[in-house]
Amino acid sequence: MRKSIKYGVSAALALSCIVSAAAAAENVKIAFIDPLSGPFASTGSNGLKQYEFAADELVNKNGGVLDGRKFEIVAFDNKVSPKESLIQLQVAIDQGIHYVVQGNSSGVANALTEAIEKHNRRNPDNRVLFLNYAAVDPVLTNDKCNFWHFRLDANSDIKMDALTDVIAQNPDIKKVYIIGQDYGFGKAVAAAAVSMLGEKRPDIEIVGNELHPIGKVKDFTPYARKVVSSGADAVITGNWGSDMLGLGKAVIENGFKGPIYTYYAAGSGITAAFGESGKGSIRLISEGQVNPPYSDRAKEVYDGFRARYPEGNIDMPRIFNTVDMLANAINEAGTADDVVAVAHALEGMTYESMWGGKVYIRPEDHQAIQDINVLVHTNEGITYDYDNSGYGVLLEHKVEMASADSPTTCKMKRP
Amino acid sequence: MELILVNLIDGLVTGLLLFMLSAGLTLIFSMMGVLNFAHASFYMLGAYFAYQISLFLGFWMGLLIAPVIVGLLGALVERYGLRRVHQYGHVPELIFTFGLALLIEELVQFIWGKDQMPYTVPEILQFSAFSIAGNAIPAYKVFMIFISVGIFIGLLFVLTRTRVGMVIQAALSYPRTVEALGHNVPLVFMGVFGVGTALAGVAGVIAGPVLSTFPGMAVVLGSIVFVTIVIGGLGSLSGALVASLLIGWITTFAKAYTLRMEDFLSWIGFHKPVDMSESLLRDVWTLTSPQVADILPYLLMVLILVFRPYGLFGKRDA
Repeated sequence: MRKSIKYGVSAALALSCIVSAAAAAENVKIAFIDPLSGPFASTGSNGLKQYEFAADELVNKNGGVLDGRKFEIVAFDNKVSPKESLIQLQVAIDQGIHYVVQGNSSGVANALTEAIEKHNRRNPDNRVLFLNYAAVDPVLTNDKCNFWHFRLDANSDIKMDALTDVIAQNPDIKKVYIIGQDYGFGKAVAAAAVSMLGEKRPDIEIVGNELHPIGKVKDFTPYARKVVSSGADAVITGNWGSDMLGLGKAVIENGFKGPIYTYYAAGSGITAAFGESGKGSIRLISEGQVNPPYSDRAKEVYDGFRARYPEGNIDMPRIFNTVDMLANAINEAGTADDVVAVAHALEGMTYESMWGGKVYIRPEDHQAIQDINVLVHTNEGITYDYDNSGYGVLLEHKVEMASADSPTTCKMKRP
Repeated sequence: MELILVNLIDGLVTGLLLFMLSAGLTLIFSMMGVLNFAHASFYMLGAYFAYQISLFLGFWMGLLIAPVIVGLLGALVERYGLRRVHQYGHVPELIFTFGLALLIEELVQFIWGKDQMPYTVPEILQFSAFSIAGNAIPAYKVFMIFISVGIFIGLLFVLTRTRVGMVIQAALSYPRTVEALGHNVPLVFMGVFGVGTALAGVAGVIAGPVLSTFPGMAVVLGSIVFVTIVIGGLGSLSGALVASLLIGWITTFAKAYTLRMEDFLSWIGFHKPVDMSESLLRDVWTLTSPQVADILPYLLMVLILVFRPYGLFGKRDA
């Protein structure tokens, strides 16, 4: 084993010498597989902007990784379809790409992680790493975990744990309504909310627990009517994209006054569309705080991002963590082509995030443990607004290193 | 009881909105014998144009101007696009409209980007008109009902009571005869296409603020519009109205009242398996109506096609 590492390292060193001697080093390509068309296009394309900027700002500007290899983000449109994603994955692999990032829809992530596991087993000399930055179905780091998958976002159970901590402290909330999209993630959110609220505040009544078809609902009014007439004090939803905006708007328009706890109600035009109507009502559970800015580095990065994309938002700070952590892991492993070494470097890594707190990758299930925030949609005290609307999300509660000791059913097989 | 009334109103709004789209589509179909795949794209254009105009001149000017622009665009598409393709038969026409839909979606993304647009209800209508048992009915909904009913009445009047309407009706059924009588049938077709797309534009203008304005809005509504006119009977205006309202109410009530598959299956005599985790039909047993509400119209369409292929009010065989 030791011998092989030695050989591997020396081979890699020799190779990198040759490469750097030959010409400017080859780029480290990262395949971005997410929706760039269809109903969820805005979510995907905003993620892409953040990846491209993060790669330039955090890696390429500082001379890249190893001996000056630059990060290059290659975009693939998967139309949020698992089938399409597998085709795009194959295209990416054929182009010699070793790193895949994806986040929108756990259904897609599920298909990708299975396909990548299979591919890596069959092609040991051409393996691929999967950095999942937003698909939060807990199963991906539990029953379906594998060595090649890393989740840089908190999973929905971790977020729900933090959220229910906050709800449990609020004595005004006695009735809660849960509504979500009808697929793995929506169901996971609902199940976690029911079990965790039952544990922490058994007196809270779940007055509604409902699923609706994903991306197919035109008018959310009837759902909103049920929320209002149920007498709920708070709403919990895992909705994203146009389903989030549609639901939130309908619920507020039809007279709901309490807090709406969401996972994804910010950026991509959603903040601007909520505007005044969502003020003080829309809450967001997320990692990374944008307002108030946590560090000077975060300010510098955000200003740079604004200069390049005046219309853009940094609504997924974890993308910056993902890119930087990958760069660190490649540097530590001393290679960008042997993804096993890079994966070993990522495992157990502790990273100081510019957006606040530490990010620690648990080796046993490859789940990132980090600070989780509850943010509120408002226009007061906002340094960096979203969608140039004057509105943004402001830190309200922070749960440090949320669910660091949460159990996992993952039995990881290592190569 | 009060909730039924509230849901009736909500369903009416959804249904009338659907009607504005399907009315234009069904008229165009009876005229050319071809489904216009780009119809929902004109709806989207209506919303985006109105949003853009509302930034400078306010919502009301948007409501006036945007449908006119959309209608003119539609007329141009008919005059310089469809009419040329028409001579090659129906399939090229279908492909043309399909390509147009893709083109419009890309164009909208190119100009406005992929984000949601902050197109909102005008301030003058941001209050609740009345409330029934604690359920507020926003004034904007009432406004939507009035606009669409007004358009329906206006359309009905023009088609059945005016000379232009009679020429249109005649041209729809017997274009050659009407042409022989000295009427400019191509002009009539262009007019009908323009008005049909303008109607879709109006629907976009008034639906944009409530159903949100984003590049996927045409895709979300597009398929359901086809379902509507198939259920109503291709080419039938009253069929389109009935089918729209039917779909509006079915989806609204299915969302509002949680009907469970479990109860239904037990009622027709099946027994629920004791251990659900092993049952193959687990997903069927646990289905609830809000989960499938927006898919029910498709089921209705299949049933209609099986038992009454020409639709509820259709005259010819599909």
